[in-house]
Amino acid sequence: MDWITTVDHKKIAILYLWAGGIFFGIGGLEAILIRIQLIKPMNTFLDAQTFNELITMHGTTMIFLGVMPVIFALMNAVIPLQIGARDVAFPFLNALGFWTFLFGGILLNLSWVMGGAPDAGWTAYTPLSSTGYSPTHGVDFYTIGLQIAGLGTLIGGINFLATIITMRAPGMSFMRMPMFAWTTFITSAIILFAFPAITVGLVLLTFDRILDANFFNVAGGGNPVLWQHIFWIFGHPEVYILILPAFGVISEVIPTFSRKRLFGYSSMVFATILIAFLGFMVWAHHMFTTGLGPVANALFSVSTMLIAVPTGIKIFNWLFTMWGGQVRFTTPNLFAAGFIPTFTMGGVTGVMLASAPADFQFHDTYFVVAHFHYVIVGGLVLGLFAGLHYWWPKMFGRMLSETLGKWTFWTFIIGFHLTFFVQHFLGLMGMQRRVFTYLPNQQFDLLNLVSTIGAMLMGVGMLIFLTNIFLTSRRPADAADDPWEDGRTLEWTIPSPPPEYNFKQTPLVRGLDAFWKEKMAGHKAMTPSEPVGSIHMPSATILPFLMSVGIFIAGLGFMFSRDEFSSSIMSFLFNNYIVTALGLLITFGSMLMRSLFDDPGWHIEPEELEGR
Amino acid sequence: MMKTWQAGKRLLPMTAALGLILAGCGREDLSVLRPQGPAAESSFALMKLSISIMIVVLLVVFSIAAYVWIRFRRKPDQNEIPKQVEGSFKLEVLWTVIPLILVVVLAVPTVKAVFAAGNDHSDDKDAIKVKVTGHQYWWEFEYTDYGVTTAQDLVIPAGKDIAFELSTKDVLHSFWVPSLSGKMDTNPDGTVNRFSFSAPNEGVYRGKCAELCGPSHGFMEFKVKSVSSTAFEEWLASMKAPDSVLPDDPALAETFKSQCLTCHATGSMQDLSQAPNLTGIGSRESVAGILLNDDTRVDGAPVEENLKTWLHDPQSVKPGNKMPDPKDLGLSDEEIDGIAEFLAGYTLD
Repeated sequence: MDWITTVDHKKIAILYLWAGGIFFGIGGLEAILIRIQLIKPMNTFLDAQTFNELITMHGTTMIFLGVMPVIFALMNAVIPLQIGARDVAFPFLNALGFWTFLFGGILLNLSWVMGGAPDAGWTAYTPLSSTGYSPTHGVDFYTIGLQIAGLGTLIGGINFLATIITMRAPGMSFMRMPMFAWTTFITSAIILFAFPAITVGLVLLTFDRILDANFFNVAGGGNPVLWQHIFWIFGHPEVYILILPAFGVISEVIPTFSRKRLFGYSSMVFATILIAFLGFMVWAHHMFTTGLGPVANALFSVSTMLIAVPTGIKIFNWLFTMWGGQVRFTTPNLFAAGFIPTFTMGGVTGVMLASAPADFQFHDTYFVVAHFHYVIVGGLVLGLFAGLHYWWPKMFGRMLSETLGKWTFWTFIIGFHLTFFVQHFLGLMGMQRRVFTYLPNQQFDLLNLVSTIGAMLMGVGMLIFLTNIFLTSRRPADAADDPWEDGRTLEWTIPSPPPEYNFKQTPLVRGLDAFWKEKMAGHKAMTPSEPVGSIHMPSATILPFLMSVGIFIAGLGFMFSRDEFSSSIMSFLFNNYIVTALGLLITFGSMLMRSLFDDPGWHIEPEELEGR
Repeated sequence: MMKTWQAGKRLLPMTAALGLILAGCGREDLSVLRPQGPAAESSFALMKLSISIMIVVLLVVFSIAAYVWIRFRRKPDQNEIPKQVEGSFKLEVLWTVIPLILVVVLAVPTVKAVFAAGNDHSDDKDAIKVKVTGHQYWWEFEYTDYGVTTAQDLVIPAGKDIAFELSTKDVLHSFWVPSLSGKMDTNPDGTVNRFSFSAPNEGVYRGKCAELCGPSHGFMEFKVKSVSSTAFEEWLASMKAPDSVLPDDPALAETFKSQCLTCHATGSMQDLSQAPNLTGIGSRESVAGILLNDDTRVDGAPVEENLKTWLHDPQSVKPGNKMPDPKDLGLSDEEIDGIAEFLAGYTLD
């Protein structure tokens, strides 16, 4: 009950971590099944339909339900601490964001047991995703599930924007903000601009499918290429929503374990903003072969290549942060070290893809599969591993085992390169993506086998990580406030795990890397910016949970509103939108409760603070 | 500009070496890395240039990374605080400007090639015009100037420019012959995509569908047969010549007419475009695009055997395809075998 009603950002972080972790596991299992099917030519382990459902669900799950929530987990756990705040700006909304994500995710995955998962690819290109070619409810689960989950992301993004703009500790100007806070800020801004596009797209596709609208239906005057534009205007910035937080994590981990401040801080900030800006300008590079014509292809080629410049700035700044430092290879830094060359490899293939005439060959082949897995797994997932190992003691008060951590790193990264490096060559040798099997004697056989073995090894790495978590959770919570000893930012000034009010007294920030600055001045703790006083806390509430349950029910009701059921009661309930109305009633009723009953929250008094 | 040229010149030997290494990769009739025509060569040239530049970048990053990891590893007795460097304006400008130059080096030939690839040959009198229509899961090729329609095997004269007009009857597909040219989507919205390629060398090239189009997306393959211009003329003539050919056995001929020819077309029949045109199916490279008609290779079987495999259970060969199971149409095993035998013998002169 405590977990269902919590509005504490640290607990919500843990909820995000668990839920995201479970979805990540599901997505990982789907990946393993996909790789087993492709282990040899003309394999019959899976049938074609199941394979298409698996690739669709693998992509959708990993992007929306696997890595994004883990990113949100880190943001929730760290951002208020890093900027010296007692919580996020809107704790109630924060909880609401989590629950809508969770129920959206559950709805999407229910498709496996409720008559067919979506099968049109995670990009759901029309007309393949229309009812004409995808007659099961699969794509409905996709549109409505993602809509609900996307609501949570948008709420979370707005919340972080408000938090970072308004709740920084005294003295923390924007240019003294830790890099992870910066990338969270920019990521949230991208979410704010990119998610409305997919929201609109999903609404249009839902209308096409459930209400027989004609937005993408050629016969009714619609345009399927329109979907591609809408999808990628969201979809490309989405890549930066994913990778920028990883950049932030790396920018925290490397300085800590090099005992040096981040090289070129201001150029890092500038590069982040530039990447976000350019990220919105390049969506059509996913559509070079759609037939947009040479002018569009040339413009989008060049603008895409330009992203290499700010990204290059970042890579070299990280390398020169270590230059002249004292580099310690703890598990988090090992992952950060693995990140740099791996992500660079994903970046350079990105530049290669940007060259439209070459992309005519790369597009929709395993070369692309290799490229984006180098960016998303080799960049983002390695970044998340670095961040999780780095902040685990702060979140849970326990140090993860270094030995197991190193085993995780080596099995995972070796498995990763085995899996995806060879896929570059598969693509160039003519293997298109999303094929459920392939004919023998095309010289695809050996490389596919290697790739599958690599995927198994990555799975082993994940199992070691889970073992590490399990074993660690059984040990006493005895992590120091500053367990890595060279912590530079505010989260390391308070106990691990932090008390629910975070800071007894809001700290005074006197420069970049506030804690490090105090340490160098010979202080053991931050100078407070306020006297010890009564701390206002928001009350726990079940309303966010109920609102999400309501939307979930309404979504299901809407989806099945036209189905014939064997029982007449069911038909009556669904076909008359009674289920939909009931769900919406729960949601709007909860909103009404929230509006009518003023909840002043509660206070922690100074005596209590001293008592602990 | 001088500087960019020099950078380009230094990359040349590397490009050449890379070309040699990459050329060892994959089958000649399939691999992007072994281009067999000017369109694929233009893509390949850009690939070599970009890979060369990118390998240089990777080498620089890898070596700096390796150096700092080894040189600046914290030693057990090391306790003094390292100098907290704010950054270096000069260095940061350096690694802003160098990538910019590299981008320019790549962008200039890219833009050039983009516009070259955009050249439309549809008004070219010398070019052979072919209307390509994608279907779930087969390809239809209509030679508009000759009134000839075929499926699955695209026969072209070697060395001639082929001007394509691409569209689809159902979902998105993407027309791709890796060793001859990059791919182009087929869109259902009435916007016809045009592009062209040519195959200077005679031979058979493997083509694929590159856009997810349903369960059998992976099986939507086709062949491009580049032949001499005389052979091409002969092929056109024999495609145009025959009247509808029917099995010798009158009962079987009736079955064939009433069950197969309601969707399929043969000879001079008007094309219905619901199903692949069957004219000369016995001399094609494959049955259904994936059952290769060649008993000299391990993966191929004789055409008759392939036709039997296909006709006895089309769904197991290509799941989700639109062909009804002949057994559901009331054909007996003998009739199916008879039709397979007839079709295998239905060749062009």
